[in-house]
Amino acid sequence: MIVYILKRLAIAIPTLLLLIIFSFLLMHAAPGGPFTQERELPAQVLANLNAKYGLDQPLWKQIASYIWGIVAHFDFGPSFVYKDRTVNEIIAQGFPVTLTYGGVSFVVAVVAGVTLGAVAAVKHNTIIDYFAVGVSIGAQVLPNFVMAPILVIVFTLILGWLPGGGWRFSDPSYWIMPVIALSTSYMASIARIMRSSMLEVLNSNHIRTARAKGLPGHRVIWRHALKPALLPVISYLGPAFVAMITGSVIVDIYFSTGGIGKAFVDSALNRDYAVMMGVTILVGALTILFNLVVDIIYGWIDPKIRY
Amino acid sequence: MVIDSQKMKSLAEATSREDVAGRSLWADARRRFFSNKAAMFGLVLLVFVTLFALFGNYIAQWSNEEIDFSVMGMVAEQGGPSIANGHYFGTDDLGRDLFARTVQGTQISLAVGIIGSAIAVVVGTIYGATAGYFGGRLDNFMMRAVDILLAIPYMFVLILLLVMYGRSITMLFVGVGLISWLEMSRIVRGQTLTLKGREYIEAARAIGVPAPVIIRRHILPNLIGVVTVFATLLVPNMILTESFISFLGLGVQEPMTSLGALISEGSGTISYGTLWQLAFPLLFFVLTLFGFFFVGDGLRDALDPKDR
Repeated sequence: MIVYILKRLAIAIPTLLLLIIFSFLLMHAAPGGPFTQERELPAQVLANLNAKYGLDQPLWKQIASYIWGIVAHFDFGPSFVYKDRTVNEIIAQGFPVTLTYGGVSFVVAVVAGVTLGAVAAVKHNTIIDYFAVGVSIGAQVLPNFVMAPILVIVFTLILGWLPGGGWRFSDPSYWIMPVIALSTSYMASIARIMRSSMLEVLNSNHIRTARAKGLPGHRVIWRHALKPALLPVISYLGPAFVAMITGSVIVDIYFSTGGIGKAFVDSALNRDYAVMMGVTILVGALTILFNLVVDIIYGWIDPKIRY
Repeated sequence: MVIDSQKMKSLAEATSREDVAGRSLWADARRRFFSNKAAMFGLVLLVFVTLFALFGNYIAQWSNEEIDFSVMGMVAEQGGPSIANGHYFGTDDLGRDLFARTVQGTQISLAVGIIGSAIAVVVGTIYGATAGYFGGRLDNFMMRAVDILLAIPYMFVLILLLVMYGRSITMLFVGVGLISWLEMSRIVRGQTLTLKGREYIEAARAIGVPAPVIIRRHILPNLIGVVTVFATLLVPNMILTESFISFLGLGVQEPMTSLGALISEGSGTISYGTLWQLAFPLLFFVLTLFGFFFVGDGLRDALDPKDR
């Protein structure tokens, strides 16, 4: 087991380094520097600025010191646009918000999706099954950027129940719409995967044996069917996590929640490369870490995998 | 939207099974596809959306750039859908005809979806078939590279690309194409590994057929089933990606538009009571996605009847 985890880490670390180097090179090759303005800066000023931010160094030195900053001090450097703020401060401001509604959405999507899918499979070809399939197909064509405006129309403009935007940690009514917008389409995907894998498991030999020896129906499902049926869902969790982080960009824009998605888009529009790279690397690191955890859980549940 | 990898695997097994005497796999699949109601419904939707995108401009009374000055400034009161002034879907916030813009948006979205998927077919098939056929260290290296690329949050990298190298439709195609082939190459590789062990491949190798010819003549034709299904299911994913980027305002540029950009505009103005600006683009968006989704699922079920 430990060897397996180490092996996965041995892949994860080069991946992250590659991501850093790749985005650094992209930034370096982009036309126009961070100090390109409409009014040309005097050459001496530009040289001083470049010296201050270390941009006059050779490329490999810049990359090395950037990576060293991240690894040794967890420091993503200064923002290129907001002179008085560092990338760390900008990320630290938005990250707790994203983590809160993202985490809640993730749990909602998994729990609701698995329940819906499992119930649909157990009640195969009944009205409940058709309802569940209908819901999950409908929800798949409503991605977060479509859900968000619809939710605002219904709950804020027509019913007036929920605030249309903003964020407060203390007031969960601000959480509801971001969570629904973010989780719906992934819940639908999870429900679909769960339903088809559960159907397959329920038709398999070991379930027939369990039924034949007279186990009550609920025990068959809880003890014997649920665990193997969850495997495809677990392998979908990695991509779902990435997609949710990406979706947080929409949530931040639409509901003005002020998470890191907002910081990312703002920096994209401002050409604040330092912040963009910081967010990209952070998200990449999270993704890699999460995939690692998923792999370990998978290996732990699936009896076919041996380290 | 998700493409269920387990189902794709079982499909791969089904299409690589050797033909039983009697009806061929394809004749069987065709019959099953045409008797599948959901798939036929999807096909009808797709035909409708395609006709709309191709010929909608012949019905439109206005071009997508023209501003109707008689409704400008009073869009909420007078810009609604009406047959009388030729704005079948109403006008957008500036007084441009929404029908013509929806036609144009549908064209762009379909084009991005189909081209993105086509890139995936070409690159993913060649990459996957090469890795699978040669195997060994090359395969290990190629697939590890795919693993690494898949772990990168591509949407962020795509936005990075669009911001740094300018927003253009070519860049969008490149960006969407760059990511779409990864999953495809994995599936193709798996299928190739199965095919490689077959006697006819061994026979071809024994009589000295060179590797590229074996891949082209004997492997690729047997991959058609999996590749077609996956490509069909990939189209709505590509459309979603493009719409997401256009929703952020980083996609196609005015006066061109896409369904994602129109949905973004429409959702920005709902509070003024101009609901049609969201409703019509959204309708076509949903119809397109449903269409590809049902057809893709239907194709898969037709080629792999195990689940039915």
